Amino acid sequence: MNHGSTPFGRVVGILAAGIAVLIIGPDQTGAAAETAALQVPVVYLGEAIPEPPPLSLVEPVAPDKGVAGAKLAIGDNNTTGQFLHQTFELIEKVIPAGGDLKAAAGEMSGAGQKLIVADLTGPRLTELADLPDMKDAIILNVRAEDDALRASDCRPNVFHLIPSRAMKADALGQWLVSKKWMRWVLVYGTNDPDRAFADAIRRTAKRYRAEIVEERAYEFKAGSRRTDTGEQQVREQMTQLTQRLPDHDVVIVADESEVFGDYLPYRTWDPRPVAGTNGLVPTAWHRSQEQWGGTQLQRRFTRAFNRWMLERDYAAWEAVRTIGEAVTRTGSADPATLHKYIMSDSFELAAFKGKPLSFRKWDQQLRQPILLATPLMLVSVSPQEGFLHERTPLDSLGYDEPDSTCRLNQ
Amino acid sequence: MPRRKLMAISIVLAYATVADRAAAAIAYVSNEKSNTITVIDLDKMAPVATVPVGERPRGIALSRDGKQLYICTSDADHIEVLDVDSLKVVQILPSGPDPEQFVVSRDGSKLYVANEDNNFVTVLDLAQGVASGEIPVGVEPEGMAISPDDKLLINTSETTNMAHFIDTSSYQVTDSVLVDSRPRYAEFTPDGKTLWVSSEIGGTVNVIDVATRKVLKKIEFAIQGVRSDTIQPVGVKITPDGKTAFIALGPANRVAVVDVASYEVQDYLLVGQRVWQLAFTPDAKLLLSTNGESNDISVIDVADRKVLKSIPVGELPWGVAIR
Repeated sequence: MNHGSTPFGRVVGILAAGIAVLIIGPDQTGAAAETAALQVPVVYLGEAIPEPPPLSLVEPVAPDKGVAGAKLAIGDNNTTGQFLHQTFELIEKVIPAGGDLKAAAGEMSGAGQKLIVADLTGPRLTELADLPDMKDAIILNVRAEDDALRASDCRPNVFHLIPSRAMKADALGQWLVSKKWMRWVLVYGTNDPDRAFADAIRRTAKRYRAEIVEERAYEFKAGSRRTDTGEQQVREQMTQLTQRLPDHDVVIVADESEVFGDYLPYRTWDPRPVAGTNGLVPTAWHRSQEQWGGTQLQRRFTRAFNRWMLERDYAAWEAVRTIGEAVTRTGSADPATLHKYIMSDSFELAAFKGKPLSFRKWDQQLRQPILLATPLMLVSVSPQEGFLHERTPLDSLGYDEPDSTCRLNQ
Repeated sequence: MPRRKLMAISIVLAYATVADRAAAAIAYVSNEKSNTITVIDLDKMAPVATVPVGERPRGIALSRDGKQLYICTSDADHIEVLDVDSLKVVQILPSGPDPEQFVVSRDGSKLYVANEDNNFVTVLDLAQGVASGEIPVGVEPEGMAISPDDKLLINTSETTNMAHFIDTSSYQVTDSVLVDSRPRYAEFTPDGKTLWVSSEIGGTVNVIDVATRKVLKKIEFAIQGVRSDTIQPVGVKITPDGKTAFIALGPANRVAVVDVASYEVQDYLLVGQRVWQLAFTPDAKLLLSTNGESNDISVIDVADRKVLKSIPVGELPWGVAIR
């Protein structure tokens, strides 16, 4: 409903004006009782690198993937901030492909911008985190899923909102184990991210004692997205790729590069379900997620941006809400104060996942339930029943403290 | 709009031998997924009718004279008014988008509605059947409460994590108190001196001193053998004598019993699955809980603190009101 067109639009205007001059009562409790206005700049830093479009032509390409979620969260933070005299501003910064991160860091630091949502690949994220200008910053990773960033390459100034590949593979693995689908075929693409996801699947198989009965690499040449009359060729390729396999329950595909994964279902030699980067997919967010109030977030997002909320949008929403929650509770925009609060036991993020989310102390990864979904439907949510952990079942996903080489916040 | 037709359900259960009660109370339960209201005769402890209503009925409340039931039909983006004698929807009220919870003013003249989708509380003038104002609040308005003197309206906002205090003479937010994550429900003690706010994700109930707007106490819950993150407080009801609070704990499948004076949690009553909302019978001898996942309601004896019975209703029971 458009408020401007309601019969009481005038009332709204008057009330909104009233809000603008709203004074918090003198008895307001907690550190949030700041009377002076607090300005909180948040940078959304991206790099103009090409990203593989979805293989399917019917799946729209979202040019504002990620930043749209950050914008929605800034709006949420400001709606809350109006009651506390806190104003949040989103500064979008996109450097050219291979551009100068050091110069960008210098500019941000010079302008007092130390809260940075990073839409960067793994190597570039580490490069940014290691710059002296970023030493006392809070960098929120919404894109790079590399497990090494949470282990050997972890950094004290980096928080991870996007789940790691290991978390996703475990989320899927738990579901397959709970279904007793224990014999897996692994089909992977040959680009680095594909191989990295395949590695995560191998780790999961070992953890849950599933058997990878055979692995196959996809060696066909990548074709165009648009395949006029190409359907026959695709069909034959996928059938060939999967013929004469040992007995198996499920085909797991690792194709982050969007080259062939969505071609697999229904074209395999044996009639087996497909899961992994395609088919049944583990993801932090999905358009079919409406549990735990998720409908509200989906509706607000769709109304603002005329498309579905994608996983990176959700990670960016979580990132900016993490900042918002910490600023609201501490009444401060100082990165050190916020860092301390975010890593304290008091921090909890409500993010439409049915439980409070928090960061793992040793690697600063957001622990969160992972959705398992097919294109139009939520199938399940991991951790699955029975996968226990002494701290929280959420820590059954991904590298646990004893398995990780990272030791932050000691 | 579905055709409204009364579907009587044959009564097969004999009289239940439960606590003695003055008059037969009638309970109304909204079934979020079935798009129906189940009518239950609490004398017979059985459903007596199922009434089809608009899409996704959630919050429900009786008019102050007990003659009408207001129903937030969230996906229909309006409020339906059910005549409790004829069990027919007699009026449609505009509510703003996606109404979820509301509260009837003590004088019965207004409905204050939380619009989850757009960060407003809508004021509905019941005599004229029109929206007479909107009050901007935090992100995802949810819980609504009205003070015993009708002067103070409360709204909780789920993503902003605040209880907003609204002056009903000016419709201005005068104070906003930070509470724990995802505040779902607000309830005044009968003396109007404290406000109890449940935080679903925070897992607590924050008790706010109304005079000073300060959080006096955060009530925490711990149940042996139940994971702490499944303890998600939602509905709160306080007995008319102001002594005992009952708090629905969501997927923990329990209703907590809390001593209001000491804030001590005295008992956990095992009810159905994913318990959300609660309501007392008019004599406050019985308490009903809606159990969303098990598609039933539990009937609790308030004095004995015992669950007497569960009664099957429609799919995903959400709200309950009793006259």
